Amino acid sequence: MEAATTHDAPHAGTHEAHPRGLLRWLSSTNHKDIGTLYLWFSLLMFFFAGSLAMLVRAELFQPGLQIVQPEVFNQLTTMHGLIMIFGAIMPAFVGFANWQVPLMIGAPDMAFPRLNNWSFWLLPAAATLLVGSFFAPGGAAAGGWTMYPPLYIQGGIAYDMTILAIHILGISSVMGAINIIVTILNLRAPGMTLMQMPLFVWTWLITAYLLVAVMPVLACVITMLLTDRHFGTHFFNAAGGGDPVMFQHIFWFFGHPEVYIMILPAFGIVSTILPTFARKPLFGYTSMVWAVASIAFLSFIVWAHHMFTTGMPAGGQLFFMYTTMLIAVPTGVKVFNWVATLWRGALTFETPMLFALAFICLFTIGGFSGLVLALVPVDIQLQDTYYVVAHFHYVLFSGAAMSIMGGVYYWLPKWTGHMYDERLGKLHFWLTTIAFNLTFFPMHFLGLAGMPRRIPDYALQFAQFNMISSLGAFLLGASQLIFLLAVVKCIRGGRAAGDRPWDGADTLEWTLSSPPPYHSFATPPAIAPLHK
Amino acid sequence: MSAHLPPARLLRHRLSPARVRPAVPPVTPRTPPATRAESLRAALGALYALLPALADADYAINLQTPATGIAHDIYDLHTTILWICAGIVVVVFVPMLIALVRHRKSLGHAPQQFHEHPGLEIAWTIVPVFILIAMAWPATQTVLAMKDTSGPDLTIKVTGHQWKWEYEYLGERTDENIRFISTLATPRAQIDNQAPKDDSYLLAVDRPLVVPTGRKIRLVLTSSDVIHAWWIPAFGVKQDAIPGFIRDTWFRVDAPGTYRGQCAELCGVGHGFMPIVVEAVPPERFDAWRGEQKTLLAASAAAAGKTYALAELQTLGEKVYAANCASCHQANGAGIPGAFPALSGSALVAGPKAGHLDRVFNGKPGTAMAAFGKQLSDLDLAAVLTYERNSWNNKTGDAVQPAEVAALRH
Repeated sequence: MEAATTHDAPHAGTHEAHPRGLLRWLSSTNHKDIGTLYLWFSLLMFFFAGSLAMLVRAELFQPGLQIVQPEVFNQLTTMHGLIMIFGAIMPAFVGFANWQVPLMIGAPDMAFPRLNNWSFWLLPAAATLLVGSFFAPGGAAAGGWTMYPPLYIQGGIAYDMTILAIHILGISSVMGAINIIVTILNLRAPGMTLMQMPLFVWTWLITAYLLVAVMPVLACVITMLLTDRHFGTHFFNAAGGGDPVMFQHIFWFFGHPEVYIMILPAFGIVSTILPTFARKPLFGYTSMVWAVASIAFLSFIVWAHHMFTTGMPAGGQLFFMYTTMLIAVPTGVKVFNWVATLWRGALTFETPMLFALAFICLFTIGGFSGLVLALVPVDIQLQDTYYVVAHFHYVLFSGAAMSIMGGVYYWLPKWTGHMYDERLGKLHFWLTTIAFNLTFFPMHFLGLAGMPRRIPDYALQFAQFNMISSLGAFLLGASQLIFLLAVVKCIRGGRAAGDRPWDGADTLEWTLSSPPPYHSFATPPAIAPLHK
Repeated sequence: MSAHLPPARLLRHRLSPARVRPAVPPVTPRTPPATRAESLRAALGALYALLPALADADYAINLQTPATGIAHDIYDLHTTILWICAGIVVVVFVPMLIALVRHRKSLGHAPQQFHEHPGLEIAWTIVPVFILIAMAWPATQTVLAMKDTSGPDLTIKVTGHQWKWEYEYLGERTDENIRFISTLATPRAQIDNQAPKDDSYLLAVDRPLVVPTGRKIRLVLTSSDVIHAWWIPAFGVKQDAIPGFIRDTWFRVDAPGTYRGQCAELCGVGHGFMPIVVEAVPPERFDAWRGEQKTLLAASAAAAGKTYALAELQTLGEKVYAANCASCHQANGAGIPGAFPALSGSALVAGPKAGHLDRVFNGKPGTAMAAFGKQLSDLDLAAVLTYERNSWNNKTGDAVQPAEVAALRH
């Protein structure tokens, strides 16, 4: 993509005026402010949910019950999952969308600035409910993040608080998604065709459609859960003519696209970082767009692969096995294109590049274990074991979370105007990568050897790998403090970044000053026609 | 029949006794604050103590040794896929590694500007499809074999309860059925680190499922409360037990032995504590066992007709309580505030017998309190009620007799 040459100088006067202090953040309709809020919120939730994981790993450090009782253990795993997904990963990507989508398409702001403010400020309310539910009588929800009935029907008030929180988060996500879709479709700089958009914008456009399609489905199914709990309905109660497995069908019809909601923007970030540090255009842009679209489509017809052990007919198992395996094709295309982008480039290895490269390797491991799990007979053996825990952390931590970290290092110079501390960044990267593998790779072995997930205590043959995994987890947790330090240090000062600190970067945000003016692209930048 | 120690070949992953952690006292005496050097030395010492445990452990890194044809198929399928993935890793990551090493800016490599190659892109879209078909073919065969539950030699009904398994061997006539409940046999003291953990820690039950080798066993599964999953890794069998529905699966065990598994679907507080043990015995021994069980059933029916002394009932009741009630209401009867009510000092428990009996017998719908009338014998119910009514702060001094429970069944 050819960059434009417009350069918005920050200009004094009415455009720059905004309230100061707390009111600035409460009332802001500025996409950069709201993006910043989203990112800080997600970092806070990342640390909170991460602390829950530390407690889980502390309990699993050795056999026997030491730190927490089973009831609390189940609360920890449940809330770790829910808060990481809805509080950390999803808001982080929306934060990136807020900051980057308008900057990358040459738009002055998001299409609906007030809606944007409301989308964000719903999040702290939901987070308060989720975190507060730990203090409810009986503690937080302990039925797993998947909330399967009838177990979920048994719980106390915290279960209702969780349902309400997810409703609020869902509303926020749908509003955010609509905003992103309208921004991308209507506010691109004149001359920028859809196929000229940076890949990050494409991935977010498709992700936003997924969100609009499936968040209401989640809202429906948890509402049915709520009415089963309190208003005498029997959607999921066989005694009243319902079916507990129906919950799983509806939940996973949301749940599988949700997996891609958390990974497609990561593809976008990685596809932005790689060409920059390879100093070479992204290989196969068109096929990348189609691959993302195919993955999004397929995500709607694979849901029951989460339910092979419920005992569906052979025809059902085979259909969902075949469709699931098909996802490997577009995913493979993406990995091949990334490798081809590196081929014969001029590579340098700054922190964002390291995260992007680790993403390719580790996400691919998660892809392979996904392929293993797609095969019904093997899945039946591995369903609900630590193999699955390993699999989804390879796609969600080394996939989603590490792409977010890479993206933060990549755009921090633009957002703050300062370079981050490269040594801190690299230290954070290496510790995270090593600790991550130490934590999660042994879980493949635990799952294969037969350790179920979501258990507070385990048989003695699992002791060694659990100990290694826990040690890895403590290191992984501690390493994230370096991330916090690197971010804070970069915000407070550092070498001036200049407009375009990465010589290989060619998207529109790098034509602006660093940090960009409070209101950027008040006049749309000129877009050169696509060169072929 | 009690749970035997597993045969040697199933024990290869276990810890040797020397490496089993010694019991940790429940309350450590408060020590004076340590100096920084002391705590550092203590931390290093702890780390040093860990190292041998990590170094000379024998690690299980693959699926358990298969004991059925299906488990063999699964094992082979997994191995095949792993090799295919390894091949793809080489094809994808060797070029990436070459690029990372050679195409560096620091080596003066000039970036090329190519960014598409239709032939290559079509090839790497089409070729994977064929690889996937090659994987799907054997998987499909196995799926069809797993689903074929026809022509069983023996059918056993498996019912999941929070947190135990009920087995019912279906006979020609319903009154010939053998029915029993299988619960965790690991003592609470081991879980609480007050006693050394034995080899089958958390994987031992009071009464295992006994099956004949070489016979096709069909399981029909359901649940009385929430979803559970019946799983024996060595059999390649994992099937959810869903309340209100019946699902079936099957296995045929090749060799006699003890096979261990666990509930695989989160089912509440006791999820980690409802193991499954299958004892596979030669068919003639199985027939003998079946005969014994029928005799035992008759004896237990006779026992229910007797009248027992308070102390007798309390002693038995304590055991029944530990196996069925303690995970929620706790051994001290205090419950978990907000989640599980206390029994000690409870108006219901210390009140009239009828109310107490009704709650235990019929359960409380919409909560984790199960209808134990369907699970426990009259004697066990009478015993546990007596125990609850005369323990902790409850001092009713009355005994509940099996006949009083039996009256509710008619």
